[in-house]
Amino acid sequence: MSRSQAWRRSLESFVLPFGAILAGLVLFGVFCALVGTNPFGVYASIWKSAFGSASTFQNTLIRAAPLMLSALCTALPARLGLVIIGNEGALVVGGVAAVSAGLAMGLAFPPFVVQIGMAIAGMVAGGIWIGAAGWLRHYRAVNETISSLLLNYVAIALLNHLVGGPMRDPSSLNKPSTYPLAEINMLTSIPGTRVHWGLVYGLVACVIAYFLMQRTTFGFAARTAGGNIRAAKIAGLPVGKLTVVICFLAGSCAGLAGMVEVAAVQGAANESLNVGYGYGGILVAFAARHNPLAAVFMSLLVGGILASGGILQRAHGLPDSTVLIFQGLVFLVVLFSDSLYGRFDFFKEKPVVVAPPSPPPSPGQEPVVLG
Amino acid sequence: MAAEAVQAIGWWGVPLAIIAGTMRGGTPFLFVSLGECLTEKSGKINLGLEGTLLTGAMAAYGTSYLTGSPWLGVLAAGVAGALLGCIHGWLSQQLRVNDVAVGIAMIIFGSGVAFFFGKPFIQPKATQLPTIDLGGWSDTPAIQAALQISPLFLIGLAIAPLMAWFFKSTRWGLFIRAVGDSPEAARAMGVSIFKVRMLSVVAGSFLAGIGGAALSLYYPGLWTERISSGQGLMAVALVIFARWNPIACLWASLLFGGAQAIGPALQSIGIEDGYYLFNAAPYVLTLVIMILTCSPKRTLSGVPGALGTDT
Repeated sequence: MSRSQAWRRSLESFVLPFGAILAGLVLFGVFCALVGTNPFGVYASIWKSAFGSASTFQNTLIRAAPLMLSALCTALPARLGLVIIGNEGALVVGGVAAVSAGLAMGLAFPPFVVQIGMAIAGMVAGGIWIGAAGWLRHYRAVNETISSLLLNYVAIALLNHLVGGPMRDPSSLNKPSTYPLAEINMLTSIPGTRVHWGLVYGLVACVIAYFLMQRTTFGFAARTAGGNIRAAKIAGLPVGKLTVVICFLAGSCAGLAGMVEVAAVQGAANESLNVGYGYGGILVAFAARHNPLAAVFMSLLVGGILASGGILQRAHGLPDSTVLIFQGLVFLVVLFSDSLYGRFDFFKEKPVVVAPPSPPPSPGQEPVVLG
Repeated sequence: MAAEAVQAIGWWGVPLAIIAGTMRGGTPFLFVSLGECLTEKSGKINLGLEGTLLTGAMAAYGTSYLTGSPWLGVLAAGVAGALLGCIHGWLSQQLRVNDVAVGIAMIIFGSGVAFFFGKPFIQPKATQLPTIDLGGWSDTPAIQAALQISPLFLIGLAIAPLMAWFFKSTRWGLFIRAVGDSPEAARAMGVSIFKVRMLSVVAGSFLAGIGGAALSLYYPGLWTERISSGQGLMAVALVIFARWNPIACLWASLLFGGAQAIGPALQSIGIEDGYYLFNAAPYVLTLVIMILTCSPKRTLSGVPGALGTDT
């Protein structure tokens, strides 16, 4: 294992996910051809609406911001060996809590303070939501995948209840919503763009998550517990505390995504909160192999896919569910690519060939030939 | 249906509507949980049955609308489910591929397929499955309506003991249990783990697809993109609750069907407050049951030994 060959493994963990996404794209093209649409036209449209120009790329960035945060909700616990898919629920309760905080603080505080208040409310609510799933996992052995999924439905029911009754703005007729946030308290755009500051939240959260998991003793402890829980316990690591804290952090990221959605895009909490950032985030986390920095790039890709939903409908007459099929295909191929690690000789670290030491020549004897 | 029924007999409508809802709402749970039970007995988890359920519902409704034969629709639902099962069964057995993750991907893919091909069927009215009316003795239309029983429910009722017998007393049942409990032993018996798991996943998905047909052709008997509200996912929890026992799956499905009927039943007598909260009853119930039945100190009785492992 020499250092000079390590690039082959790095290249492998770079090429395989991207190859998988390309393969997903090809499969999606086959699907489009089967239902009678020109795949190349579809590709062109997706490209144009996702990355084609500075203006459309901003749409992608707007969608990438909540995806980054939502992806961390799956990626962080994955390091502990937990499969948490409660992103949507944490996002929804985070959004509701942020709106409640924003409405309660109203105009009594400067906007900056209100925004911080909303962010904290969203993070705490989302954190408690997923933290509960982590707590149940460790102390009651309740399967965290199922409990976090059930919590999604509970959160959506809670949202519908609050939006339809106690928190309803009577003027929102067609689409029940809460009272809108004051204009001045909304997150503004990054100067010169339409992209809101939520993107920066997402980037910062991913970088912090990366350093937390890769460069701190806390992250090391978490990864150890994820690798072998028994060994971690014997080593005296507080596995229960780690589980709850990581799940809380994960949930608070998704909760922050909810805050970003209400404070920068929707302006109020309504059913638009659960529009696919939950499942999209799970896809991002798996495609990024639970690496927070890779999640940034995957969020751009998936954000692009989400942004292209509208144009597929307008230009090709494909229903908006086409995006779901696209996402599903990419996800399936990405998972399949996991089984390909180590299958290609090109990516294997080649052992450096060391010539066997030649035996000291002794008089009267032929040198031994080593095969 | 339940709403008119209740007006005639007042408060008695609530338990009646819940009993009726138990049979109506319990049918999809029954099929999906039996499918998941079969799948998990072989050692694989299929979270993607939510997508399978939706695809089954769409296939059943579309086929019934196009051909006019609801039973053909039921068959189409099963076949569509089995096709999705093929993907899950193959992919989840590849090296290092996590079956839970594949399940999540299949939820996205399955619901995408269902919504994509189901778009043209949202408006038209498809032929529904005939019902067996057990309420003929009563003059009250409420009771008559409540006792309209679907043949699908009866089929599910029959499959549960049949599956229990299959696991217990047949050669193939033994193979499935061996593969799920101890793959090494199964391999030593000369059983192909891949084939047994593949067949179990496909057959389980077939059943889950039929559960979808119960949604779109029986109750609520229509096709919309919101027809399934997580029944496919709750089935996974339900199987844990039922300890991987098909007969217990039957009782658990009825319980969940009843919990689902609470919200609409209360709404029908005019209790509108907290309608959405009552709709969350099945999820909360599932969670409470899991908290009560799981324990960190012991493994669950009846759990297949190799469930969710990589072997």
